Amino acid sequence: MLRPIRILIGKPGLDGHDRGALIIAQGLRDEGMEVIYTGLRQSPAQIVAMAIQEDVDLIGLSCLSGAHMELFPVVVTLLKEQKADDILVFGGGVIPQEDIPILKQQGIREIFTPGTTIQQTAQFIRQLMKEEKGWEGSLTNSGGAQL
Amino acid sequence: MTHQDRHNSWQQKVEKVRAKAPERKPFFATHSEIEVEPLYYQHVDDVDEKVSFPGEYPYTRGIHPNMYRSRLWTMRQYAGFGSATETNKRFRYLLEQGQTGLSVAFDLPTQIGYDSDDPMSIGEVGKVGVAIDSLEDMERLLAGIPLDRVSTSMTINSSASVLLAMYIVVGEKQGVPASQITGTIQNDILKEYIARGTYIYPPKQSMRLITDVFAYCTEHVPKWNTISISGYHIREAGSTAVQEVAFTLANGMAYVQAAIDAGLEIDKFAPRLSFFFNAHNNFFEEIAKFRAARRIWAGIMKDKFGAKNERSWQLRFHTQTGGSTLTAQQPDNNIVRVTVQALSAVLGGTQSLHTNSRDEALALPTEESARIALRTQQILALESGVADTVDPLGGSYYVEALTDAMEEETNRYLEKIEQLGGAVSAVEQGFMQREIHRVALETQRNIENGTEIVVGMNQYQIENEVQPELLRVDPELGKKQVADLQDLRLRRDNQAVEKCLAALQEAASGTENLMPFIIDAVRNYATVGEICHTMRKVFGEYQPY
Repeated sequence: MLRPIRILIGKPGLDGHDRGALIIAQGLRDEGMEVIYTGLRQSPAQIVAMAIQEDVDLIGLSCLSGAHMELFPVVVTLLKEQKADDILVFGGGVIPQEDIPILKQQGIREIFTPGTTIQQTAQFIRQLMKEEKGWEGSLTNSGGAQL
Repeated sequence: MTHQDRHNSWQQKVEKVRAKAPERKPFFATHSEIEVEPLYYQHVDDVDEKVSFPGEYPYTRGIHPNMYRSRLWTMRQYAGFGSATETNKRFRYLLEQGQTGLSVAFDLPTQIGYDSDDPMSIGEVGKVGVAIDSLEDMERLLAGIPLDRVSTSMTINSSASVLLAMYIVVGEKQGVPASQITGTIQNDILKEYIARGTYIYPPKQSMRLITDVFAYCTEHVPKWNTISISGYHIREAGSTAVQEVAFTLANGMAYVQAAIDAGLEIDKFAPRLSFFFNAHNNFFEEIAKFRAARRIWAGIMKDKFGAKNERSWQLRFHTQTGGSTLTAQQPDNNIVRVTVQALSAVLGGTQSLHTNSRDEALALPTEESARIALRTQQILALESGVADTVDPLGGSYYVEALTDAMEEETNRYLEKIEQLGGAVSAVEQGFMQREIHRVALETQRNIENGTEIVVGMNQYQIENEVQPELLRVDPELGKKQVADLQDLRLRRDNQAVEKCLAALQEAASGTENLMPFIIDAVRNYATVGEICHTMRKVFGEYQPY
């Protein structure tokens, strides 16, 4: 049987804006993925520990407070240090365009900004899973309820 | 009361206002020189009690008898970033540009009670607002700003008592006694649990801090608005307009009840309660929302809580246009959205207004964007003529019907929350949180499947988006903030600080009002983090359900 994709949605730092995180968590569940949400105010170390314990394929980070440059790359570094860099990291939030290439250089696979649809995000995740992890599911909705 | 009696009573109130604050013009007229009356109404004896006259219970048409004819709303742009010195420059710029009140945005560490050098503060110092660690920062923030003339609103909640204490002490140093300073602290913890996330302590202890502020200000800072009960963030988190009003008023009732339970007299503290609403795009519903909110609150205060003072019945509110309605795509379109939203707030009778900047879906606003936002409300105020007569949409079949419908739907929610044991209990059960999330998800679906149109985002997109120039907070500012703070810890009288914090800790374990203890600590340059950690030791921290 096909294994569902497992994702941890994390809120690093002190930002309390969780509308986006909650929507993406629910939206990806409806796309057939297994999603865990960390809740607010998690340190990068807490997020990484949770990701390893929950054995997820990906971490999605959400930040709207402007702290993304300090917080997102730390998650990637900690994953490497703990030999868990098979876990892929992407992010989203209020993030200026010019920061995106810098974040990508530091190992963040993609950054989604306001206006991105759940489907675009889900599509990206499945594509990445295929390319990087040989995941064999379909590129469209992998079960779950239709959004 | 006959029609003539009502009219006379209203007229008398208008005369009283005019004696204190003359109207802006000797004669109001349209461009074609048709005279504009202060008020238009139906000349019938069976006046609709629900609508009534402006300045009269239940205030559907506004809390002032002649509204903006004498005084326009306060133009209050929310600002703050980086260091206190940097923000002080932006404040002075905004005041020079004709802004009439200040509104301080604090960074997240300040809002959640961490010092700039706390490990929890990494990446957040000076980002969404100004970093304030100690009284010294507050002195820099308010340098050269006359606190006897400028009113200041501070978006601060779980650490509100600390920041208010700092403001009081800066006032004293400027020679302005606490009895003369004017402004607002948000101090609304319930919506932090529901939607905004800057809580520290559990609900019970947070409510005590809030009623301590009410009690202290009633006696010592009588012109201060002790709370700004906020629907803004509830709406931003995804709620409908009805939920915004319902959850806000339910929270308001919880604060009133907590203050009564703490032994305060309703007519002493209630006149200093204020509210804060959002303005989104659905123009007439927003106007109806403001009118309905006033009417429902007046009824609650008069009938449910038995307030006798007219000022206790009046819902005074600040409005900010809807941040979540702004698009990152074609950001200049946002100027138009802001204009429509701001107009609804004015037609709804707001007391003060923040108009958002076009680039807020991308970053903090640049100086140019902030100026356009301020100009937007100046154009409404000074060019459009919408402020020349009271409640120009009163009596419109559509607006009155919508106002009634908003009231009915809101009351349904209020009953439901009552059944759940009131707002505090409903928050603890996650009721409001779930309701909001359900609607937020639905909105997202509607935008994705195109039933809800967002111009420039899911329709009329363009290929090559122009990237506007954005404000960047200098990362060096955070380092300097930390260095200054560590330097202060060496310079100040640390024995005095220890003593104040020990006294605060003891008081927190008892039932005394904490404000005097916090003021003492602040005066001796104890930091926001130190004071909040002291209370954390006694109160514990909130764990989401």
